[in-house]
Amino acid sequence: MKQEAFEQRYQALWDELSTQLDAMEKSRFKRRNLTLQHERLPHLYRQVCNHYALARGRRYSPTLVEQLHQLVLRGHQQLYTRRGAWLWRLLTFIAVDFPSSLRTHLSYFLVATLLFLVPAVLVGGFAMVDSDLIYSVISEGQVEDMEEMYRPDNDRPGRTLERSAESDFMMFGYYIMNNIGIGFRTFAMGILAGIGTVFTLIYNGVVLGGVAGHLTSVGYTETFWSFVSGHSSLELTAIVICGAAGLMLGHGVLAPGRYRRIDAIKQRAKQALPLVMGAGLMLFIAAFIEGFWSASAMPNVVKYAVGIALWVLMILYFIFAGRGADGTR
Amino acid sequence: MNARASMGATDTVRNHETPEGIRLELKLAGPVVRACAWAIDMLIRGVMYALIAGVFSYFGGIGTAVILISFFLIEWFYPVIFEVLSGATPGKKAMGLVVIHDNGTPISFVSSVIRNLLRAADFLPLLYAVGLLSMLLSRDFQRLGDLAAGTLVVYREQAQERGKLPEAPSKPPPRELDVDELRELIMFAERSPKLTQERQVELASQLRSVTQKEGAAGVKEIFSYANWLTRGR
Repeated sequence: MKQEAFEQRYQALWDELSTQLDAMEKSRFKRRNLTLQHERLPHLYRQVCNHYALARGRRYSPTLVEQLHQLVLRGHQQLYTRRGAWLWRLLTFIAVDFPSSLRTHLSYFLVATLLFLVPAVLVGGFAMVDSDLIYSVISEGQVEDMEEMYRPDNDRPGRTLERSAESDFMMFGYYIMNNIGIGFRTFAMGILAGIGTVFTLIYNGVVLGGVAGHLTSVGYTETFWSFVSGHSSLELTAIVICGAAGLMLGHGVLAPGRYRRIDAIKQRAKQALPLVMGAGLMLFIAAFIEGFWSASAMPNVVKYAVGIALWVLMILYFIFAGRGADGTR
Repeated sequence: MNARASMGATDTVRNHETPEGIRLELKLAGPVVRACAWAIDMLIRGVMYALIAGVFSYFGGIGTAVILISFFLIEWFYPVIFEVLSGATPGKKAMGLVVIHDNGTPISFVSSVIRNLLRAADFLPLLYAVGLLSMLLSRDFQRLGDLAAGTLVVYREQAQERGKLPEAPSKPPPRELDVDELRELIMFAERSPKLTQERQVELASQLRSVTQKEGAAGVKEIFSYANWLTRGR
């Protein structure tokens, strides 16, 4: 068949696919008043694929081939895309996917916990005995800030004097930016053969343990521990979960096993992402608690009770949520 | 990875075969054009930061909270939102780029989040030094985030306007030419409206041995062949 006859026979079909693709490429809001015949798309697309192959094989003009190639590319993009149901996906993610994926990758979580907890306990213990040790961990100015934040006469614990007038909302915003950022970075550094993640976990353990030990040894226990009790469960666990996700990534880089290294990294990244996203949500809730609850004037007994209740609830959530759904563990 | 280099090719075009048996051509974008796209995005983000900070600084504590949360969201999710909605951030769009999976499909939410979270590692120690190193070492110009997410940054194809073939009496081309050479003749005829008269003559004169004609007559001769090839007698 000559090119011109070919074009004349199929031009209508190409135009139909082209208009349909134009409409589908528009955003959801502009698309609303358009009538789309979605069921026609696969048929049209496969027809045009066929024409494209013919045009190439018969050495038709390069611009015609290019034009059909364009249609094929766009059709491919629309046919193989995923859409919709994001709210349902978010809910099943919280109820099932996140806790079950943590259970699936429990070993990484345990390693990350150790990497965080061992330095924290060691440095914390020594800082309780030796009140100068803290100066080798953080700078003098930071120690002063810390002491100021948790002085027993500070009625807004967790904030320095200059920040004590700041509203809870501002601190909420600050905790979101700072803490979730730390979580995300802890994960991302895992791509550097896991070294970045291991370093971040140990570093956080050393600093937090050191500060906690120091403040306990100078006797600011009531303000410090009551402040951190509320958000500690979610915040610390979330950072460790981000660490676990980073370790997965690093494991893929270092020991791909039976996969090609690049495929191992891709696979691990995909498996690790639910952990990071879940930890992000946890840090969001933790920021809310830290901003509006932890610095409030509630009696310490209530704060401790709520803190313990949150720890218990969180552990129960990770043990039981999503069990049995789709036969997952 | 699915997008394999065609045999022995050293250029930046990768082919991917779809389930329909069609080969898609993906033209990879290099570090320089991607750096430009990033600079444009930084500029846009800078304006966004300034606007948000300017407006919400008058709203006290809640305003500051809004500023900090927006800064956080813009820092981490600005590229994700644009990539999921339209395949490219405004900067990439301006440079004619688009982010896709290495199998040619549009980028998904999961891949976009992975590649943009890993920016934190690519950025180290400053200004994407690690990312640049990774791009130069990897076959498909992928930074670490692209490797982990399985994504490519490619040029967005621009639809070409098809010129009409110049009118000329149909005439069969000499028999000894093979199909690829015949195709070149059609391509010349289709491109001719974009070329100057002199350039057409210059190009056609290289085919003197085929057309047996000089100057403008040679150009005309090739148009005739092209007409015969696409329309028949």
